[in-house]
Amino acid sequence: MAEVLVYVDHVDGAVRKPTLELLTLARRIGEPVAVALGGGAGDTAAALAEHGAARVLTDDAAEYADYLVVPKVDALQAAVAAVSPAAVLVPSSTEGKEIAARLALRLGSGVITDAVDLEAGGEGPVATQSVFAASYTTKSRVSKGTPVITVKPNSVSVEPAPAAGSVEALSVTFSEQATGTKVISRTARESTGRPELTEAAIVVSGGRGVNGAENFSLIEGLADSLGAAVGASRAAVDAGWYPHSNQVGQTGKSVSPQLYIANGISGAIQHRAGMQTSKTIVAVNKDAEAPIFDLVDYGVVGDLFQVVPQLTEEIKARKG
Amino acid sequence: MSLRIVVTVKYVPDATGDRHFADDLTVDRDDVDGLLSELDEYAVEQALQIAEGRRQGGDDAEVTVLTVGPEDAKDALRKALSMGADKGIHVEDDDLHGTDAIGTSLVLAKAIEKAGYDLVVSGMASTDGTMGVVPALVAERLGVPQVTLLSEVSVEDGVVTGRRDGDTASEQLQASLPAVVSVTDQSGEARYPSFKGIMAAKKKPVQSWDLSDLGIEAEEVGLEGARTVVESAAERPARTAGTIVKDEGEGGKQLAEYLASQKFI
Repeated sequence: MAEVLVYVDHVDGAVRKPTLELLTLARRIGEPVAVALGGGAGDTAAALAEHGAARVLTDDAAEYADYLVVPKVDALQAAVAAVSPAAVLVPSSTEGKEIAARLALRLGSGVITDAVDLEAGGEGPVATQSVFAASYTTKSRVSKGTPVITVKPNSVSVEPAPAAGSVEALSVTFSEQATGTKVISRTARESTGRPELTEAAIVVSGGRGVNGAENFSLIEGLADSLGAAVGASRAAVDAGWYPHSNQVGQTGKSVSPQLYIANGISGAIQHRAGMQTSKTIVAVNKDAEAPIFDLVDYGVVGDLFQVVPQLTEEIKARKG
Repeated sequence: MSLRIVVTVKYVPDATGDRHFADDLTVDRDDVDGLLSELDEYAVEQALQIAEGRRQGGDDAEVTVLTVGPEDAKDALRKALSMGADKGIHVEDDDLHGTDAIGTSLVLAKAIEKAGYDLVVSGMASTDGTMGVVPALVAERLGVPQVTLLSEVSVEDGVVTGRRDGDTASEQLQASLPAVVSVTDQSGEARYPSFKGIMAAKKKPVQSWDLSDLGIEAEEVGLEGARTVVESAAERPARTAGTIVKDEGEGGKQLAEYLASQKFI
């Protein structure tokens, strides 16, 4: 069976969920071979094997952490040369997309980014994408060389499928460009204890209607009752009520959770662009004419300061 | 010595318009107004600030704004020139129709080399394709460092420094010029063109190049050169109308009931 390379996104050996989703998708196309790079690369093997990786290629050179993007491209290029895969899958993070694009250029192939689904096709994998603020669904494939495809988090449910997961050292020769951009310092983002916005199954967002930084605790309370991530509209971020790292929309993060709850968000096109592929959409807004209500599966026209605390209490009561 | 800054900008269909596909599955540009991609305004702003800082220090700098696209794309150049860029380059050729990101990076890299550069500044992504890969591709083509997705950027003594805020960490990056930089919408509010700027822009030089000027063969770009094929594009079916209730004291409880029925609780 053809092999499919999966780029592993991990933090010190802890594999992030989008990679497990990629392994699930990779099995539709062939046999997954994972590529784990940097400190703790070897520690990823158990989780990867549990989710279908037949082999895990690792290299823990310091270059991956010390320089931006290019060393990882060099490593993937070496892995492609070693494995001759049917496709290369990379998580759709900002870095993942840069790695994928540079790799495709070097391979003389094409790149597809932000796929929301993937299936085997007669002429190679076919990727589904959601474009123009999710008003269109396209199906595309790479027509030259080894397809390189990045997949959005939450595009598929993770299905465990135990495999050998044999660890092999990947031999990488770094290119001249590898050390071009030095990482002088790295400050880990302070953990809020909540799931990462882009990979959360549930996102609870607040907008202009939240009316002040201090009121975001209401949104956080609802999020915590559901084990959800917190998002914010551009209006709320521009007003300084919530950090930009939580902004959902065209100029912020694109999310695609199972459930999206928009509170006090009108639903401007820029916001819709970042959340419209959410599976179930719920909104609370006092303006019955807000465009967000055109998108919702369930909407409450009402004051979020009444509705949200009541909802949070009810969820807590039901969860006991 | 003058610091040569090239800013790459894109003319995109207005997101508030009715965007759709043409019969050949490329973006239909006829039915919707275009404008300078909002995210590129931040790139123009940072380039202008770097140039101004340099001039204040007694050195020289020149900001060239570069775009690839049909005749209308000149509007994007005019906007950047009215903000304060010094000159424009417009790459236009009928054979460019249907060019993908990898082809676009070839055209940009060739044009940047022809123009001469020390620093390339781009937006983090276009507001239409939103791939966010072109700056990295241009860096790969040019063989120079990429210092991308910066929320802060500065250039001093031939070194570019910036802050990149990722999902899990914030990084301080550094590279020697020449380099390719891309900036996010957090890098600083873009200035509005003044009336004087708008008038001055009309007199600023805009060069037009085609593929032969750049030594690019037609089959390297356009639909023929594209390395991806769109097999189908379907308008997403309108969402079936959702249930909307008015809160009369029990809105939160009703919503909880709905979430429970969908197994979210």
